Amino acid sequence: MAWVNAIIQGVLTGGLYALFACGLSLMFGVMKVVNLAHGDLAVLAGYFAIGIVAITHVPVLWSFVIVVPLMAVLGYVVQRTILQGALDRSVLTTLMVTFGLSVVIENGLLQFETANTRGIGTDLSLLTDSFSLGSQIQIAYLLVLIFAAAVVVLLGLQYFLSRSKYGRLIRAVADDKEAAQLAGADYRHVFGIAAAIAFGTVALSGMAYGMYSQLDPTAGTDTILLFAFAAVVIGGLGSLWGTLVGGVVLGVAQEIGAQINISDEVLAGFIVFLAVLVVRPQGLISRRAQQ
Amino acid sequence: VSLATETAARPASKFRVTRSQRNVAWTGVVALIVVVVFAILPYIVYSSTTSILVQAFIVLTLASMWNLLAGYAGLVSVGQQAFVGLGAYFVLILAIHGTEPFLGLPVAVIGCAVAALPLWWLVSRLRTGYFAIATWVLAATVMLIIEKFSSIGGGTGMPLPGLGGFSPTLLTAYTYWAGLAVTVIALVTVYVLLRSRLGLALTAVRDDEVAARSSGARVGLARMLVFVVAGAGCGAAGAVLAISQLQVQPSAVFSVQWTAEMAFATIIGGLGTIEGPIIGTVVYMVLQQTLASYNAWYLIILGLVAMAVALFARRGLWGLVDSRLNLRLLPVGYWVRLEDERPRGRFSLRRG
Repeated sequence: MAWVNAIIQGVLTGGLYALFACGLSLMFGVMKVVNLAHGDLAVLAGYFAIGIVAITHVPVLWSFVIVVPLMAVLGYVVQRTILQGALDRSVLTTLMVTFGLSVVIENGLLQFETANTRGIGTDLSLLTDSFSLGSQIQIAYLLVLIFAAAVVVLLGLQYFLSRSKYGRLIRAVADDKEAAQLAGADYRHVFGIAAAIAFGTVALSGMAYGMYSQLDPTAGTDTILLFAFAAVVIGGLGSLWGTLVGGVVLGVAQEIGAQINISDEVLAGFIVFLAVLVVRPQGLISRRAQQ
Repeated sequence: VSLATETAARPASKFRVTRSQRNVAWTGVVALIVVVVFAILPYIVYSSTTSILVQAFIVLTLASMWNLLAGYAGLVSVGQQAFVGLGAYFVLILAIHGTEPFLGLPVAVIGCAVAALPLWWLVSRLRTGYFAIATWVLAATVMLIIEKFSSIGGGTGMPLPGLGGFSPTLLTAYTYWAGLAVTVIALVTVYVLLRSRLGLALTAVRDDEVAARSSGARVGLARMLVFVVAGAGCGAAGAVLAISQLQVQPSAVFSVQWTAEMAFATIIGGLGTIEGPIIGTVVYMVLQQTLASYNAWYLIILGLVAMAVALFARRGLWGLVDSRLNLRLLPVGYWVRLEDERPRGRFSLRRG
């Protein structure tokens, strides 16, 4: 029964990891930017939420309404300024700039918010309650909620990219930005829109992580960026549904690892990631396999 | 007039291919004098100064390795802390089994070079951003595996044994000399490597990978060799770190902060130049020492400066000097010049 529990918990945690991976995957798919500051931006959004709740006393869940648009605007601005500037130079420049941004955000948070861990909405019963399945399996409402949120975000993105006008623009620009530019699409603006959406999902994932666990300045790289990347690689680059599969595989691997030895949770996930890298570098679900 | 038409119009004897526009033989002499001065410093200055210099040696060694990776081989690694940690742990493991740390240091370097091979095999298929994060995951994995062994301190680490026989003064001096030796060997290795055929292949790859491949440059082999050398160099820096700190703690030696420091020093000084990491290390040390009492501020400022340099002055501080004076103290490229004229063109420029 303990193993069944581990798998169920793993699948649900996979939703959180898929949410982590969403923004990373989208930015790479459209701009070909691997954003090394991805995780730190998520943690930053979590701290924004904590700050907004502390100052305005809005209910915790309402802080999403403020933080997600805030991060989306930040995403547009960051893309149009420093990321576009770096892209105009070289791919290596984008790596250096986003790595710099990562270190600056992480140490900035350490400086202003200390290294203490902070949770979001720890006093909310919805976020701490769970229900029982049989006698031995306890499932947290929060994890189910996060999993559902991940599926909704992925479905929404899929629908948006395939059906809406801006989605078509984003796909066109992702395929060939010069050709799209000739056809009248300002690719820099479209990149900005894509970054805004990516940062919105980053904000969601950071806040979800703050509710699920505890935020601290180093969580952005140690946990969010590395897990997001592992999920993207396991699932297959450039596939939104692959991201969910990757997240679930990573989550299950971690829970099974924890079942064997509680301290091996993270290691088990990374070992599965490395195994996929060796055996099937195109991921479990590659774009070619889908077609 | 392009170089091609110029070359077509003149007989070959009219050309001279040199390493540099000016005679820079004196650079070698100056470098030798600098090394000698640094070598006798422990007799002159207090140990507080030498221990700061040991830090500078570590950063300079790391930065020149990162420069080799990112500036010449196009490999932006964010996981070099894996080798810093492995170097420190090799020294620790050898010391536990009775090898004096100063003798363990060269063994640790070889160990890191050997460890770099399987790690390269894991990440060699990835490029740019994916390579960067994959090396980061590798570093985290190596740390998690090492933390599983309680005999070498588990998750908390342990003090480095085997140095109790030295008097404090002697230990500080030996540590300093070890650091100096590692740095000099690292810099000379990078310089010799870049002047060899491999260096030519790397610069060719960096300038145009397809052209380089079609001319027969063995790109994969060159990249692997760079990764191994950089692993050994970072391992050497990690070994010096372990000796200078007298203890090894996994979260400290495997911290991504090492990669941040080496990357920022290189970017600020000038990526893709031998001189860049040296200048970057000076900037790094000045900032770090001035802002030492303000915790993480030096890293924040370094990060912001590195971002600005990457965006607006791609060739760093040394690039600014170079573009004004056309000066290369440690030339690794080639100049083509007509015997009766000023230089017309350069092969394997260090410009990206």
